[in-house]
Parts: sequence; structure tokens; C-alpha cells
Amino acid sequence: MNKTPAAGAPPKRAIDIVNASLKRRYARERRFRFIGLSAVILGLSFVGLLFADIIAKGHSAFVQTYIQLPVHFEAAVLDPDGSRNPEVLARANYQQLIRDALRTEFPGVTDRRETRTLYSMISVGAPTQLRDRVLANPDLIGTTQDVWLLADDDIDMLVKGHIDRGLPENQRRVKDQAVGWVEQLEAQGRIAKRFNTIFFTNGTSREPELAGIAGALMGSFYTLILTLLFAFPIGVGAAIYLEEFAPKNRWTDLIEVNINNLAAVPSIVFGLLGLAVFISVFGVPRSTPLVAALVLTLMTLPTIIIASRAALKSVPPSIREAALGVGASPLQTQIHHVLPLAMPGMLTGTIIGMAQALGETAPLLMIGMIAFIVEIPSGFTSPSTVLPVQIFLWADSPERAFVERTSAAIMVLLAFLILMNLTAVLLRRRFERRW
Amino acid sequence: MNKSIIAAAVTLAAATASTQAMARDSVWIAGSSTVFPFSTTVAETFGRETSFPTPKVEALGTGGGFKIFCSGVGVDKPDISNASRAIKLSEFDECQANGVTEITEVKIGYDGIAIANSKQSPVIDLNLAELWLALAKDIPNEAGEFVANPYRKWSEINPDLPDVAIEVLGPPPTSGTRDAFVEIAMEGGCNTFDAVKALKDSDKDKHKAVCHGIREDGAFIEAGENDNLIVQKIVANPNAIGIFGFSFLDQNTDTIQGTLIDGIEPTFESIADGSYPVARSIYFYVKNAHVGTIPGIQEYVVEFTSDKAWGPEGYLVDKGLIPLPDAMRASMGADAQALTPMTAPAN
Repeated sequence: MNKTPAAGAPPKRAIDIVNASLKRRYARERRFRFIGLSAVILGLSFVGLLFADIIAKGHSAFVQTYIQLPVHFEAAVLDPDGSRNPEVLARANYQQLIRDALRTEFPGVTDRRETRTLYSMISVGAPTQLRDRVLANPDLIGTTQDVWLLADDDIDMLVKGHIDRGLPENQRRVKDQAVGWVEQLEAQGRIAKRFNTIFFTNGTSREPELAGIAGALMGSFYTLILTLLFAFPIGVGAAIYLEEFAPKNRWTDLIEVNINNLAAVPSIVFGLLGLAVFISVFGVPRSTPLVAALVLTLMTLPTIIIASRAALKSVPPSIREAALGVGASPLQTQIHHVLPLAMPGMLTGTIIGMAQALGETAPLLMIGMIAFIVEIPSGFTSPSTVLPVQIFLWADSPERAFVERTSAAIMVLLAFLILMNLTAVLLRRRFERRW
Repeated sequence: MNKSIIAAAVTLAAATASTQAMARDSVWIAGSSTVFPFSTTVAETFGRETSFPTPKVEALGTGGGFKIFCSGVGVDKPDISNASRAIKLSEFDECQANGVTEITEVKIGYDGIAIANSKQSPVIDLNLAELWLALAKDIPNEAGEFVANPYRKWSEINPDLPDVAIEVLGPPPTSGTRDAFVEIAMEGGCNTFDAVKALKDSDKDKHKAVCHGIREDGAFIEAGENDNLIVQKIVANPNAIGIFGFSFLDQNTDTIQGTLIDGIEPTFESIADGSYPVARSIYFYVKNAHVGTIPGIQEYVVEFTSDKAWGPEGYLVDKGLIPLPDAMRASMGADAQALTPMTAPAN
């Protein structure tokens, strides 16, 4: 200001300075936008790559190979005394029928080792398949039917092209002879790929062709229901008290800091806590949706409380003042006016917390959920596992066919997560009010 | 609305307390993740073919399994513990102290640890001493002093070995496979050196540290508990070598090949007859006090020790189990089915 311009030089106007720097400023702006955009594109392409990889690996798990064989339902094997007693029928040797059918189909096979290979083309679950048929319709006994039997996982992999037929025999799990049989059956149209219902209706299994996600899905369902029942009322209650009723002093500050810290605690810590407190002290049964829900409640509570408090904060004070002004008690003000307005935000927070709980594995490691549980859980206290744990266990299995099933299970989990997050977004769009 | 939800939650919590008092109706098995595939296969067959419910099998690791197995008798404790090594004296004592006095030990077969690389590279032929020199943290120099492992390339250890950097992917210390690898392969290799062998008598702790210490300078990479991941990584990197359970080699013979150890290829036969050096026995342990209280324990043991399961042509062989020799299997099976309790282990 108090500097005088040097003599001779024309005075610099402000607009000149601005004009001189304008180009640089625009360039900076464009650079920033470009960096931002490329960050988004990079992120999206990674997500796209991940999805493409999972779908490419997993899509073939939704079909399963079946082999059609003429099975003779030999009365002497199934029902020797002709009583049609369901108990006798249930315990009959159905394996025998399949083996006979295979031997009739490939009469040249006599060597012990070769017969073993031949028998192993059909899944160990196929006898159960036949049993269910006979039990549903005992009139089949004595007849010969063309039955589509479940193929073994190695044959399934071969038919789906996951085992390369061009490789030398000693580098292939399915040997030339079996490949020959499969090609013979394929030529006769006796091999077909059908929709894999087993994947959605069975519990897990050591045999990939019999393994399904129904058990894990039900386990996840029971766990989430309980987590919601525990976490939502406690979380919302805590948020209302802290936000609306609690005095603002050092203690509530301390509580607030702690809640924010809890949200960042590694989830395995909650699992250790669950093991030490819920299982060891309170005797809650291990490996059940109940104990899993208790642990996951602890994990999701901070998320719900923080989201609920934010939702309460966004309700304008004028609503409260108006309610109090016409004579409502503080409790009525909250329940009749503030809570309904804050509910969409609270629900959004809760759904996000639930989605987090659905995808969580680490805290469940400690409480016995990493377990092989075949039976589909029937309630809150029956042993069960959950979807992410099932994925973890399958990913660790040596059988080739589990690779595609792992990816398929990931697809199901992702579908649920997307569905839940979509619900949260829609809820917010539909009900959120802005002042 | 919230009130009714809270009420429901409280009722539920109360309901749990009452279920605790109820007896368990299914067998509960916990322990090693190496035995897990075999145990679950038997459990599944057992559930399918008998009227008993399918046992629950937890993969906690051998140590974790013993910890909970030995914590006492009761419906909230497991009935059977799977282990990829024999029970230790300390664990046995822990069991005794907690009232788990009668334990039946069942050796079920062998599990080989495969060292393998991608089929795109030539087969490697190592002996245990070379393997130890490649992976040990400290090795003796010519003067017999221990120095940090100087080897960067395989060819520096033995000119016949490939001229590539040492890059080995293996399991982390929490894994039973790592324990067994260290105890069998590393210890076997280090004892071929006189300087190390001398330590065994003079300084036992130092001997253990030298033999069991795996280098941490990047040549050995801990690749996580997931053996499939190690397989994928060595397929992607033909110069790397992986360490994992034999069943993973067996399932992936189209892309990877086993490394010869002392000239022996890891195959089903060489592990079964004991000529392949890096193999271990696997076990399960039964809590006799639970037999009779929890239905199905004895029947599960009978199923496991039947020839159609653990025999040379049984269904466990398809899952990668390497069966015991016939005579041993017969006597082990008879002891198991009679639930003959074990005596205290040697160490």
C-alpha cells in the first residue's frame, strides 16, 4: 500500500494480476478434476475386475452335471420280503443299483481298479437321490427307469471344461479311460448340465457336488435377526438418551469418546470378549446364532449409536420447541415428534451396521463358528455357521470343484449386501426430510 | 413397539439359559485343520448312514483343540480332539488336572508335507541339508560360528541347483503344517551339520533356536493358512517354491510338481511306506468319560476305524489320507473300538 510504483513502469492493475494467473488457475482446476475422476475410475475398475473374476469363476457352479443311466429297481435288492415297508426301503442298498447300472452300461470293465474308477463317476449322494425317488413312489420297484444321476465332482469339472482334456494323462486328475467313458456318454446325449438346486437347498458337504449354502444362509439369517433385535433397541435407546436427555458433562464426553473409539476396535477383539464373557461366564452355547448375535451386537452398536445420534441432531430444534410449547412432556416430544422424523436416518445406520455384521468373519473365529455343520440350523440355539465363514472354509478345501462354489457363494453374499445397502439408500431417498 | 422388542429379547436370553441345562445330542469334534477334511468326511457319512445326527467339527488347530478338549468333562466340552501331532505331556497333564483322565488315542494315518514348484520349471532335487541351508535364519560358517544366512540363490548352496533367487512360500507359525515342517524337515536338515549336532548336547535351547529358526529376510514368505493360495502363487511365479499339505499337490498335479527330497518324490506310495522323509502321523483323541452320555461317540469311532473309511481303498484315501500299514491298522482299530485309554506320553 505504502510502496510507490517505480518510476517509469506503468501501474499494475488488479485485473492484470488476475488475468496473468487465470490460466494457471484453470489448469490447476482441470488437474484436480482429472485426478479426482481417475481415482473414481481406478476404484470402479478394481471393483469391476473383482466382480468379473468372481463371476467368471463362479457362474459355472450354478449348473451341475448329471449322468443318465437306465437303473433297474431290483425288487430283490430293495424289498426282499415284498412288504413295501418304508423302513426297509429306506435302508436298502441303493449303491448296488447304481453299480449294476454302470456295469451294464460298460460291460468291458472287469479289472478291480477300473471298476473302482467306474463307480467313482457317480456321486456318493446319488443313492440318496434314488432312495428319495423310491420312497416317494414305491411302484418303481421292479421297473427299469432312465434316471439322471448326480455326477462326481471330478466328472463335473471335466464336463465343465475346468480339467483340460488335452493335457498328458499323468497330469490330469481324470484319466484317459474315464474321459473315454464320459465322451461315450456325451455322444449318446446322456450327460447334461442342469440348474444346481442342491447348491441352494443343501447344507455343506465334503463332496463339492453335494455342498450347498442353505445351512450357512439360515445361520446368517438367524444371526442377523437376533443382532437386529438386540442392537436396534439398545442403540436407538442409547442415542436418544445421550443426545436428548443426558446432561453435558465430563462423563458424557467420556462416553462419547469411547463410543467413537469402539467403532474403530478390530472386530476380533469382540470375538475374544464373546469367548471370555458370553461363553465362559454366562454359558451361552458355542457355535450358535445366539452367541454370534451377541458378539455382532457389540460390534454394530457403535455404528448404530453414531448414526442415530446424527439422525437426531438433524431434526430441527423448532420441532421440539413447538411440541414442548403446546404442552407435550419431554418424553412425548421425543416419541411423538422427534423419533419419527429421525427414524429413516436411524434405519439407514442400522441396515449398514447389519450389512457389516453379515460380512463379518473375524469375531466368529473365536466362538466356534468355524465348524463343519451339515444340518441346516433350525433355531437360535442350534449349531450353525454363517455365509462368510462357509466361504472361508470352502476356499480352504483342496477339491478343485470348491473353487467355483466358493465364488458362487461370494456372489450370493454380495447379492445380499447390495440388496441391504440398496434398501438403506432407498429408505433415505424416500423418507428423509430436509429443512 | 420398542418395549415388545426388548421383552422378546429378554425372553430369548432366558430361553438360552434353560437350553444350557439340556444334554447335547450330537458329537462335538474340535482340533487340527489338517485332520478336518478327514474328520468331516467321516462325520458326514456317519450322519448319512446312521440314525445319529451329523457331528459338529470345528477347525481350531491342534493346540486350540487340545486346550478346549482338556478343559474338563461336560456337555459344553468337546468329545473328540483332532490332532496333526501326538498329544504333548503338558497337554496330557492339563487334561488329567481337569478330570479328563481316560483318553483313547487313535492314530489314523499319515500326512505328507509337499514341497513343490510350477510345472513350467524343472523338477528340483533337494536334500534336507540344502533345504535347511536355504531357509535357516542362522547357519554355521567354516569356523563353526553361526552367521546370518548369506545364501540368496539356490545355486550358491549347490551349483547343481537352479540359478534363481531363493523364494519359498510357506504357512505361518500358527499352522500345524509349519510346526511339522520345522520339526521334521528343518530339524532333519540341521542335524546333518556337526557344529549344530554338537549344540544338542551342550546347549539345547540354542540348538532348537538354530534348527527351528526360519529366515526373516524375505526369502521365506509367510503366505497365510490357505494352502490353495500358495498353490496359486507358485503357479503364477515359476521360480517360487511352496510348502503345503500333500493333498493339495495331489489335487493340482496338472499345474505343479513335487520337489524330490533326498531323491524321493512325494507320492501316495512313498509317504505310506515311510521313504518320503517329510511326513507325519495324524491322530484323534476320544474323551472316554463322554461315551455313554453323548450318543454316537463310539459309533463314530467305529465308522472312522472301519476299512471302508480308513482302509487302503476306503473313502478317506480319496480325500488324501495315507493309510497305516495293515497290521498297525488292525491293532489300532481294535484298541480304538474298545476305547483302551492311553498312558502318559513320553514328552
